[in-house]
Amino acid sequence: MRFILGFIGAVFALVLTISLINGVATYFSTPPEHTATEEFYKHPKHLALASDGPFGKFDNQQLQRGFQVYSEVCAACHGLNLVSFRDLEHIGYNEAEVKKIAADWKTQVPSINPDTGEAAGRKALPSDRFPSPFPNETAARAANNNALPPDLSLITKARHDGAAYTYSLLTGYQKQPAELVKKFPDAKTPQGLHYNPYFPNLNIAMPPPITSDGQVTYEDGTKATVDQMSKDVSAFLVWAAEPKLAARHASGLSVAIFLLFATILGYLAYQNVWAEAKRKVRVTGALDPENQAKTSRAKAKQGITG
Amino acid sequence: MSFSWAKPYEPKNSFTRWIDDRLPLPRLVYGAIGGGYPVPRNLNYFWNFGVLAGLFLTIQIITGIVLAMWYFSSVDGAFNSVEHIMRDVNAGWLIRYAHMNGASFFFIVTYIHIFRGLYYGSYKAPRELVWMLGLVIYLLMMATAFMGYVLPWGQMSYWGAQVITGFFSAFPLIGEPMRVWLLGGYAPDQAALTRFFSLHYLLPFVIAAVTILHIWALHIPGSNNPTGVDVKDERDTLPFHPFYTAKDGWFAGLVLLVYALVTFFAPNYLGHPDNYIPANPLATPAHIVPEWYFWPFYAILRAFTVDFILPAKLWGVLAMFFSILLLFFLPWLDKSPVRSGSYRPVFKRFFWLLVADVILLGWAGGSEATPIVVAVSQIASAYYFLHFLVILPIVSALEKPLPLPNSISASVLHGEAEEAAPIGQTKRRGGSVATATAE
Repeated sequence: MRFILGFIGAVFALVLTISLINGVATYFSTPPEHTATEEFYKHPKHLALASDGPFGKFDNQQLQRGFQVYSEVCAACHGLNLVSFRDLEHIGYNEAEVKKIAADWKTQVPSINPDTGEAAGRKALPSDRFPSPFPNETAARAANNNALPPDLSLITKARHDGAAYTYSLLTGYQKQPAELVKKFPDAKTPQGLHYNPYFPNLNIAMPPPITSDGQVTYEDGTKATVDQMSKDVSAFLVWAAEPKLAARHASGLSVAIFLLFATILGYLAYQNVWAEAKRKVRVTGALDPENQAKTSRAKAKQGITG
Repeated sequence: MSFSWAKPYEPKNSFTRWIDDRLPLPRLVYGAIGGGYPVPRNLNYFWNFGVLAGLFLTIQIITGIVLAMWYFSSVDGAFNSVEHIMRDVNAGWLIRYAHMNGASFFFIVTYIHIFRGLYYGSYKAPRELVWMLGLVIYLLMMATAFMGYVLPWGQMSYWGAQVITGFFSAFPLIGEPMRVWLLGGYAPDQAALTRFFSLHYLLPFVIAAVTILHIWALHIPGSNNPTGVDVKDERDTLPFHPFYTAKDGWFAGLVLLVYALVTFFAPNYLGHPDNYIPANPLATPAHIVPEWYFWPFYAILRAFTVDFILPAKLWGVLAMFFSILLLFFLPWLDKSPVRSGSYRPVFKRFFWLLVADVILLGWAGGSEATPIVVAVSQIASAYYFLHFLVILPIVSALEKPLPLPNSISASVLHGEAEEAAPIGQTKRRGGSVATATAE
């Protein structure tokens, strides 16, 4: 049986070697082409938010500013269909404010006319989720040059580097570098797309949403620069994706402290229990025949008899 | 229990005596994990991981049952029901993150447990069945974890299911009909999701049952130990309770602390962001990768790139399945009568090479398949098969092992700090104790 298994192993190794040789040969005969993405893609910029780190909490002031940016800019195309209006109470709005925000929301909630049964819309209530700006995917694509604006509820968890990615993307729009077009003429940004080195394939369908300072007038008086608005809305989207983050951090701390104490007590108990076992080893150790033999050998060596 | 000095269960009062006469359950527990199970006294901390695997199985079953109370196994509702758990259910986020990371920790402790067995020769006679039942548990864990990952019906769930069930279509003739039969359709859809949920709920209990067999088979010869030397008399052992319950207890606290830190402070670190995008059969993710604990096998699968007699895909699938199946033959591939790697200098080097090789395979399986990554996975996969099927049989036949201690207590008595080391072979701490006691 060992020979059969050894033979199988050798066959797998042989096929792998052939695959390896083939791969190396292909690599040298037709080296993989260098692409514009490899050279010009940029990793997200660093973004520091109050919610970062093990003790991170949300900065409600910033979340409210971010919500303002979402509702005045992003909400035109992007839904937030996992978040309810009532959830806004967790970022510092009171019940009356939430009611008003829901009632004033630009998109109505789909419903039916109670008299005719025909499709209709009604004003949103605090218990409603944020309604999608488009009735369906076809409508969304038709309005956006055949691109589908993704729902933003989970966007910071659904992309590598989360908030840093959205922040970099929002502030990363630029003219396509002349160097890129010169080196990779085929990679020229197509009509209707926009160059953004933070987007995985460099060309994004979304036109720059935040274009000028003061695009939003903040209620708390913060100066609404492009950078500030991008930061704030990214912070808001972190909350939208993970509303229980602060609670998680707080309970994590208590659980860790509890487990640390329990572990220390457990360790001390362990030491206590085993001290007995180790003593027992030493007490009976002298009676171990091997030890006795060694003692008598040592005695004999030193010339002691008896 | 096979040791003659194992203490029999003695009911303490008339009530326990009454129970014992009718249903000797306390007797069973006492003999299994109580004072009636003698354990070698020299176990090191690598022996804690079996109990830890049981702990994580328990955590998974409990959190999983609670999640199933809220989870909705429909292609339209599954993703949103998970988000409902995360956002609206009281402490739902905690249960869900605990389950998500519990799976990863279950695999971490199980991998350490498996490699401990590999190093100390725990698969050798008389523990072959313990090893093989353990492998059955491992296979069941892989199936359960895979199906569990499909349940949230995110992008990676869907495409992972697509890729993994696609393995079957590599087999000629019967492959494609089998794939369709398993999925209940031509692609993962409602039928697949419902049956995956059903099986994901069932298999953990099968794992629990096989775990009982695993422990039962273990308790016949008793635990192996770092010297690999058989237990000779009572002085070699300590009763499981209170000694190993105390040792397992505090160490479980430590591991739970690490688990809590990940669950509460980096719950998505071990996951993939794409699984927060709802499943979309029309949009393939840029890089489909399984969960981290499958990466080594994924690397083996992708390493076969040439149609040599058989199609490359079939080679990959065969090799991947065989990479686990070969472990069932391990007790007969390794002929050395010495169990512990500590006394096998040549084996020991190859063992660590294998550890490095599997880590390298894991890295390759998790990375994007660039030419260099593929080349690395080809070399590492070849070593994996050669290690078990060629090197190990040869090494075990030719190697001259170091002298073994006479008994476990000899190794303990003559070197508390060096319990796993051969007598007189290491002088790490204050010289060899064996010679020191003679002076």
